[in-house]
Amino acid sequence: MTLAPARQSILPDRVTTPTLRTFLRGVPSVDEVGAAERVAALSTRSIKKESKRAALDLMIRMMDLTTLEGKDTPGKVIQMSAKAHRPDPTDPSIPSVAAVCVYPNMVPYAVQATEGTGVLVASVATYFPSGLSDTRLKIEETKKVVADGADEVDMVIDRGAFLAGEYFKVFDEIRRTREACGDAHLKVILETGELETLDNVRRASMLAMAAGADFIKTSTGKVSPAATLPVTLVMLEAIRDFHDATGVQVGMKPAGGIRTSKEAMRYLVVLNETLGVDWMTPEWFRFGASSLLNDVLMQIRWLETGRYSSPDYFTKD
Amino acid sequence: MAITRIPSTTHEPLLWEYADSKESTDVVEIDDRYGLYIDGEFRSPRSRSHFTTVNPATEEPLATVAEAGKADVDDAVAAARAAYEDVWGPMSPPERAKYIFRIARMIQERSRELAVLETLDGGKPIKESRDVDLPLVAGHFFYYAGWADKLEYAFPGIRPRPLGVAGQVIPWNFPMLMLAWKVAPALAAGNTVVLKPAETTPLTALAFARLTEEAGLPPGVLNVVTGAGETGSLVVAHDDVDKVAFTGSTAVGKLIQRQLAGTTKKLTLELGGKGAHLIFEDAPLDQAVEGVINGIFFNQGHVCCAGSRLLVEESVHDRFVDKLKRRLSTLRVGDPMDKNTDVGAINSKEQLDRISDLVESGRSEGAEMFQPDCELPQRGFFFRPTLFTGVSQSHRIAQEEIFGPVLSILSFRTPEEAVEKANNTPYGLSAGVWTSKGSRILWMADRLRAGVVWANTFNKFDPASPFGGYKESGFGREGGRHGLLAYMDWSEG
Amino acid sequence: MSRVGVKKTYKLYIGGQFPRSESGRSYPALGSDGDVLARVSRGSRKDLREAVRSSRSAVDGWSGRTGYNRGQVLYRIAETLEDRAGTFVDQLMATGSTKKQAGDEVAASVDRMVWYAGWADKFAQIYGNLNPVAGPFFNISAPEPTGVVGVVAPEEPGLLGLVSRLAPVLVPGNTAVVLASQAMPMPAITFTEVLETSDLPGGVVNVLTGHKDELIPWLADHMDVNAVDAGGATPEQAFRIQEGAVHNVKRVVLPEANGPAQSPYRIAAFTETKTVWHPKGM
Repeated sequence: MTLAPARQSILPDRVTTPTLRTFLRGVPSVDEVGAAERVAALSTRSIKKESKRAALDLMIRMMDLTTLEGKDTPGKVIQMSAKAHRPDPTDPSIPSVAAVCVYPNMVPYAVQATEGTGVLVASVATYFPSGLSDTRLKIEETKKVVADGADEVDMVIDRGAFLAGEYFKVFDEIRRTREACGDAHLKVILETGELETLDNVRRASMLAMAAGADFIKTSTGKVSPAATLPVTLVMLEAIRDFHDATGVQVGMKPAGGIRTSKEAMRYLVVLNETLGVDWMTPEWFRFGASSLLNDVLMQIRWLETGRYSSPDYFTKD
Repeated sequence: MAITRIPSTTHEPLLWEYADSKESTDVVEIDDRYGLYIDGEFRSPRSRSHFTTVNPATEEPLATVAEAGKADVDDAVAAARAAYEDVWGPMSPPERAKYIFRIARMIQERSRELAVLETLDGGKPIKESRDVDLPLVAGHFFYYAGWADKLEYAFPGIRPRPLGVAGQVIPWNFPMLMLAWKVAPALAAGNTVVLKPAETTPLTALAFARLTEEAGLPPGVLNVVTGAGETGSLVVAHDDVDKVAFTGSTAVGKLIQRQLAGTTKKLTLELGGKGAHLIFEDAPLDQAVEGVINGIFFNQGHVCCAGSRLLVEESVHDRFVDKLKRRLSTLRVGDPMDKNTDVGAINSKEQLDRISDLVESGRSEGAEMFQPDCELPQRGFFFRPTLFTGVSQSHRIAQEEIFGPVLSILSFRTPEEAVEKANNTPYGLSAGVWTSKGSRILWMADRLRAGVVWANTFNKFDPASPFGGYKESGFGREGGRHGLLAYMDWSEG
Repeated sequence: MSRVGVKKTYKLYIGGQFPRSESGRSYPALGSDGDVLARVSRGSRKDLREAVRSSRSAVDGWSGRTGYNRGQVLYRIAETLEDRAGTFVDQLMATGSTKKQAGDEVAASVDRMVWYAGWADKFAQIYGNLNPVAGPFFNISAPEPTGVVGVVAPEEPGLLGLVSRLAPVLVPGNTAVVLASQAMPMPAITFTEVLETSDLPGGVVNVLTGHKDELIPWLADHMDVNAVDAGGATPEQAFRIQEGAVHNVKRVVLPEANGPAQSPYRIAAFTETKTVWHPKGM
């Protein structure tokens, strides 16, 4: 039996599956219809043109440019890192993204390719995407990617354990992964598409934050649905409740399925109206995306020239 | 306006503002002057009397409108009577249905135009008139069109016959929607109509009259007589009106009830309310916050079924109120034509004064007031969303209908107490219940003396769903199968 | 020189598409004077199999829509049908109707569609209800669509017969596999063009032209068809349908059942009633 991490705790003194279950039952339930209505209402917000450019820049600066395919190679990672640093070679005013996100074996190449650029390296770990492996092996994988130079670790929770009610196991794995990260930041992927209900999303969010997550993240991108606005709203509300109770700020990352800047803008509106200015920075909010970047660049080009753009004018790395 | 600063790595403060996202008014044409719509044409009032309707967001005049006097109302009723006897009454129900379907279709086609007109004349946010009011208006006409030729199935054992001429008086808070709630079932049941829209919001009723002309509705089936209280009184009292329907304040409703005593006229009333919104500890809290906000600030609180009394279970009171206050600060009050506006203009100076007066009473009676720090436009009638905590049942703000964006917050300890407090009012229009527990929802619903109970949601309307009050909130139901009852003669099987 | 006309090919309607029969067969549609008006597809058992598959996958979507939405779509079908009255009048005249009879038949079909469209958002209000049970329970009964319905369309009238049997099936959210009139197939296929251009999702209605005696046994025996409207069946065909229904307890509506052509009880025949209980307690 272990104690909760060293910060103002919302957990009972003895953390076990039964006590965690009681804790989770106290998390407010979510009405799915109401959450969808709130999201729909926020989706009608319209941003001023002057602010749109700033918002588009922010989207880029908040992006974790991602490649997570079995066929990834050093070449692919190096090219993507170049794009991450300079998304539009014809326009130096376009900022770099926040980070690149890769599989463990690719970490050394990403670290080398982003050296001196300010772009961070995030690595998935804990036997991403399924997480169905021995805890010990998952922790070792985490230590390795950190030793290889990853600045951030994106772990997955054991969804099977969560749905089966083995809350201590889920909690403990997060806590131990957080420890293994050392100075690296830990993002905890809930895989909301498999948790299915918004009640589960809310509870898993609270559990992850109580166990020490620096960020909570929606999805691996390997399961559909990945990120959605209602799921994001619920996770942001959980972050708000956690902050109210403990004073601790936790970040959020929707990942997978966000392909257009119009869609990304809706996420920023939901973020703005739920958590406000303190979270509107890459330090506390990231987009896990790949094809989104070019769409944002196209929108910036449109704002600047007044002409609708074409994909031909932007690099595919 | 919610201004959010976005710090960047270069430390330049970046402003993120919502656009002035103004809906264009190009889509609608407003005449300088309108006549009365009687017997299929617009005509000057025999009263020779007119009045002006203004845009409450800017205080600018929109148009001059006729004030119908006794002779005008006589003409309108006579036209309705003739149309009933000679055209609409004898017409086969499937043919009537097709006229009403046409009207529904045309409302859909011209939705944007009508929504803009509704906002300009009444002050409600364009987002609401476009996304809530107009779709429901079209929906009501579609729904009742489908009943017109199926009345024999509506109530077993009743041979459906119309009543004759319906005199209908509607309020300013949902002008087109209240028109639809009244006119659609009346026509579907085979009656003809004399409609008196509210004094401050006549324009969409007049646009609607024109629309029915385009739809080919025979002259005299629908007549619109604009005017104020006096005109309404003439319509209601007219000897040749068979059925009266009124939506408005309880005070006026009582006057009408007295006026009709001793006559054989059928009457339905949809009056005021002081809806109780009950939040239990196990409610889905963040959605409950949205429900409460919607319940009292939707349409600036100009809603008879508004959830204007919030009753929170004491164990979750402080947490809930904190969430509410935080949420209030993201509400945008301003130009109703701006698509980003959440809370629009108060409908008139009169109403604004009444709200201010009651809010002042809240403060002087000892309740604690909270308002967010938002800028209000210089011109026009606007009021900040307001909440009062520490309210007791005996405070005026807990008893009287404010009809504005003002929420009174009280607490309770047990479900029994919640029910008792919720029912402790002469009104009985709506109630809201938020809890995860299904059996509690049904137990509360049984005991709440209100015509509409919303559980884990609020302010939901549908043409198929009956709406109306208990006690001094009125009698009769609008919407659904039950909405037909008021317009049918069921004296013989 | 008179202009050479471009003759239309009449194909099946499956999954929102117009394929020919996989069997490659066709048969002649004859006018009242024995002339060949056109050749139409002769559907096979495999076409029927595809049609049922298509209907099944369309059930969730169609039944999941609000009654209001279904009513809107059915009303739109009426609008489109009225718009194409001319084509139907020509086809009906070619098979023996006078101009007036044809015009009346089309008008009646449009009106019938409008009548049924108006039920979609109110049928549950007359057929479902709260049940006042003797205990602290909320108890409600509501009609739900039965699923995939096979419709054997009447041989005649070519248009009104089809519309009258199809509309009540669609109202509560069922999907349909239709065996069109064998003698008068052209109005049925033209009607599918009306359906396709009226916002009806593909797969909600599938129509096969062909020989009824060949297709009916396959429809009757199909284990994934929930009900059959035998309105257009001969007594022998109806009997065969009843025999086939036994395999999966299909609901069968016989030719003269359910009273007048316009009746909500024709809708009821293709619904299941679900009753839900919930306790009431503090």
